[in-house]
Formats: sequence, C-alpha cells, structure tokens
Amino acid sequence: MTARTLFEKVWDAHVVVPETPDTPAVLYVDLHLVHEVTSPQAFGDLRARGLPLRRPDRVLATLDHSTPTLPRNADGTRPYANAEAQAQVTQLEMNCREFGVELHGWDSADRGIVHVIGPELGATQPGMTIVCGDSHTSTHGAFGALAFGIGTTEVGHVMATQCLLQRKPHTMAIYVDGRLPRGVGAKDLILHIIGTIGIDGGTGYVLEYRGAAIEALSMDQRMTVCNMSIEAGARAGLIAPDETTFAWLKGRPRAPQGSAWDVAVARWRALRSDDGAAYDREVRIDAGAVKPTVTYGTHPGMAIAMDAPVPAATNAQERRALGYMKSEAGKPMQGTPIDVVFVGSCTNSRLSDLREAADVLRGRRIAEGVRMLVVPGSEAVRRDAEREGLHQVFTAAGAEWRLPGCSMCLAMNGDLAQPGQLVVSTSNRNFEGRQGKGARTVLASPATAAASALAGRIADPREYLAEAAA
Amino acid sequence: MSAVQPIVRIRSRTAVLIDQNIDTDRIIPARFLTTTAREGLGKLCFHDWRYQADGSDDPSFPLNQPQARGCSIIVAGRNFGCGSSREHAPWALLDYGVQAVLCSEIADIFRGNALKNGLLAIVIDEPEHRWLLEHPGIELVIDVREQCIALPDGGRIAFRLEPFARHCLLNGVDQLGYLLQHAGAITQYEQRENAA
Repeated sequence: MTARTLFEKVWDAHVVVPETPDTPAVLYVDLHLVHEVTSPQAFGDLRARGLPLRRPDRVLATLDHSTPTLPRNADGTRPYANAEAQAQVTQLEMNCREFGVELHGWDSADRGIVHVIGPELGATQPGMTIVCGDSHTSTHGAFGALAFGIGTTEVGHVMATQCLLQRKPHTMAIYVDGRLPRGVGAKDLILHIIGTIGIDGGTGYVLEYRGAAIEALSMDQRMTVCNMSIEAGARAGLIAPDETTFAWLKGRPRAPQGSAWDVAVARWRALRSDDGAAYDREVRIDAGAVKPTVTYGTHPGMAIAMDAPVPAATNAQERRALGYMKSEAGKPMQGTPIDVVFVGSCTNSRLSDLREAADVLRGRRIAEGVRMLVVPGSEAVRRDAEREGLHQVFTAAGAEWRLPGCSMCLAMNGDLAQPGQLVVSTSNRNFEGRQGKGARTVLASPATAAASALAGRIADPREYLAEAAA
Repeated sequence: MSAVQPIVRIRSRTAVLIDQNIDTDRIIPARFLTTTAREGLGKLCFHDWRYQADGSDDPSFPLNQPQARGCSIIVAGRNFGCGSSREHAPWALLDYGVQAVLCSEIADIFRGNALKNGLLAIVIDEPEHRWLLEHPGIELVIDVREQCIALPDGGRIAFRLEPFARHCLLNGVDQLGYLLQHAGAITQYEQRENAA
C-alpha cells in the first residue's frame, strides 16, 4: 500500500461513492454541528420537501452567534440586539424539537460557541469528518479530524443524507521546526504562518501542521492554530492525534468509555501521515523566529511582528487597507493607541486563553478610556474560570465579564465597536467593519490583548510577564 | 430549493471591483445574518460600501456609477469571497442582479456556495483577468456549455468549471436530489461502519 497522509486516511475512510472525472465523491459526515445563523433555511428545505433529518444522533446544535452576552433584563427577557435575532434563536429551538436534534440552548450547562463545545463534550474525535455551516469548523482539525465549513445548501444536504458531494482537495504540509520563544503563543504562530503563506496561500488545500513546535502545543493551542486555517484560504487544517490529544479527550461525556476507549485509542494511533507520504506542497516555518504578532491591515494575511515596520502598500487593496486602519507604512504597530479590547471567539476563548490574559492583568488596571470585554467560549469555560477567580481578575482590572457566545468577533449580537475605534481582538478576522461599521481591528494573542488594555496602546506582553515573574 | 433553473449562457457588460480579497463580510455584513430567509438580501449587498450614512447611494462605490448600472457580470480582484462561509453572500449578489463573478482566484467555500445557487463563480487565467480588470464595461457572453467567454472583438477566454457543477448548471440538476439517489450506498456504508 502506498504511503498516505493523515488527510488521505481520514478521507478514504469516509468515501461512500468514489469520485470520477464527472462526479465528486459522496463523503460521509460523522458529526454535523449546527447553530442558529446558517441552519434555518436548511431546516426549511427539509420541511418543504417532506424529508426527515437522516441521523439526528449525529447532529449537535447550540446557540452562539446571535445570542446576547449580557444577563437577563429585570423582567426576565434576554437583551437581544433586535427582534430578528431573537426570532432566529426561537426558530432553531423549534427546528431542533421538530427534527429531534440535541440542542444546547439557554438552559443547557454546556451551551457555548459551537467550536468550543464540540471538543469539550468529546463529540469531536480523531479520524472523524466534521462539518458545520461555519468556516471556523477547521478548529476541530486539532484532533486529527477532517473538519471544514460548508454553506447552508450543504447543511441541508447533510441533514437529509449525512453526506456531502466533495472533490478531493490538495494537501500542504506546514512543518513548524524548533520551539516558540517564551511569551510567544499559538496565536502569534498562526498569524505568522498566515502572514507567510498569504490569505489565499491555502486555497484548494487541506493543511497538516507538523513538527516539533506543533507537537509541543496543548490542545487549546492546537485549536487556535487549526481554527485560523481558513484565514489562509484552506478549508481544513489537521494535526495528528497523539498522547496530548488522548489525555485531553479521556473521560469527556461523548468520548468512548471503558474498553471502547482502549479500542478507539488503538485505532487513533494509526492516524498519522506515513513516512514518505507525499504532499502537494510543503512549507517550513522556524518557530524560534516568531515574535508577538499582530495584523496591520484588513485581512489576516496582513500580519507582522508588532515591532516590525508596517510594509508599504503595493496595490489598491493594500492602500485602501492601510488607509482604513490608519496604519502608517514604516512604523511598527507597537505603540498604536487603542480604544477597545476583546478577548473571546472560537480562536481564543478557552480556559487557557483566559488564564493567559489574566496572568498579564492580575493586580493591575486597564488604561483610562479603554473598554475591555472578556467573553468565555462556553458555559463550561465560564464555570472553570469563575472557580479559579479569573472573572475577579478581569473585573478588578476594569474589564467586563460576559456570558458565552461569539460576541464581538462578528458583532451580530449587539456587542460591537464604534466607527473609527481601534479594537485589539483575539478573534480571527480583521475585515473592514467586521466588529462594527467603521471599526478597526488588530488581531492579537490574549496576552497581547491584555497588555494592550493595560498600556492603552498595542503593547508587548513579555514586558508585563517579566514584571510579574520578577 | 429544489428546482434549479438551467443556465447556459449569460450576456452582459462587465463592472469591475478592483480590490483583491473582497471578503463575504464586505459582501454582506454579519449584522444582517439574523434573517431566516434567503430572499430579499439584494438591498443589503455590499451595504457598508455602497450606501452613505444617510442611506443614499455612495457615488464612490464602483457599482453605483452610471456605467455599471445593469451590469450583471462582475470582474473582481483576486481571491473574491474569502472569509466566512455565509451563503447569504451569493444569495445577496444574485438578488442584487449579479449573475457571474470572474476572477483569477475565488475562495473555495464561496465558489461552491455560488455555483450551487446558479451564480457563475468562474476562475480565469491571470493575463485575461488583468485585461478584463483594465477594460470595464465591455460586453461578454459567458457560455457554460462551451466553457468560454466571447469578447466583442471575436476573442475568446477559455475557462474550466468542475464537471459536475457544470452539468448541474446546464441541466438545472438539483444536487440534493442527486445525493438522495445514493441512499442505498449510504445505508450500506453505515451498516459497514456499525459492524466494524
């Protein structure tokens, strides 16, 4: 048998009907994640055609995008951004009841961002195919699953058939050699990678992150890396499962239990690219060269070390981007005055992300005039953080501690920045208007976001961490 | 959406959106995604780029300029449709009157979503792309069957669509209907997996 990559092993195991020159493969989907924004039209299609949902047991739904992060009003109602947002949530509740789908709604102790709760519940497992009407489904690749975002029409396809029509993508290995320097994390690394290969460098490819620096990452960090694969144009990014993965998954509610666990782990150990497996493209990244990294333009590929000069614009789009951001060519981003800090999103809202921000903030106050939102990724993260007292670190520093959700990552729930405001954000997209019309976004790690909140300017977290250690 | 209208040929003048990396947030901002319908999104297409603060058309938006009126083919800068997987982007473009997007590279998820809705997301080679970006307003005929674009001077630009997507466009094939025909194979796959 020829040597195969991790991706090829997962792909091959899910082919129901092989592809031909004229027709794509029919690919089986193990886990379908659903949220309120990209599903209503798909449920509507099922209803219109009188079709059942084929495998409700393989669907997991939650509320995250349109949900307010502020607590209930005095009258018990939720402070939705508008009636339409509330109607969308109600619609998903109705749809899940009608089609027998497990929904982690308002009353669930496990509600949260879809890409945070899938892994938390142990629903995300190595070797699976996982889809969701959400481009950041790539997050689940951290477990060695083939996970990618789909459109609403395809959401309907999966609901009706548990399958998708897919052409086999190309493969790209991203080797990250060496070790990340102290105070430099997974977010800095993935921004550095996207800055290196470009916002479209991964288009048509599935990425596999490999090498010593990847193996050294925690699961939370691996999720941060895989999450942003789509920001390089790649629908999916994978990391081979290993002892770190198994230890993280063991005992989670939906993970295999008892003897089934041992059988599963034995199977999962084979989910590695074979020696000599060929990739269509290979890229090498030196982890030791990565510094605290931020974006300076209006897409995630416009990323540089915060102390490096902003490159001059070379085309109309870059000129527009620098103009929109008020970024000055030749000057570093470090030191730029800021207005808002957002810690959250499916990229950086897990417990370790919150700890990273809290370690910088502990015993300090954020700068006058800066607004800081900390939004945990799930109810479980919120509980764990509160048990550790992290919420008190945030509120004592002057930040707002909110309920779980996507929040200001895409600003559709009413959490947003004002026109012209500069947001240092741990989320994944710095597109024009992403965090509010006219708002300017600088993507950064939780540590950088926290340090910037303290300084009132884009700041290097290593200065604060050194002080804390001293 | 079951029945899909066959699309064989499109004739229109071109309008140019020269920016690269026009993301789906720019095509339709997230705050408009609270809808539970597909219809009526055209008025929101390119919303924050297209309108002034008072709601009137922003004359600096390329598609608001008189020569772009009525154009249903957009020639866009490289990597159109990047970012969010929201299918609201092709829904909004179609409802706004766009029937085709020509580009030297189109983001994967957007391209798939567009073709499933009958929006021709077509990748062309870079020299032809550059030429079209530099020559807005020329009349093109996009022929899906022949996989070529006819220029007014008789020139032709070849392109290649994924064969199944092309078949579906030409014949108005409903892809869910096609998938449902494989129900037997899907059941067999599930039985095999359960046995393993």
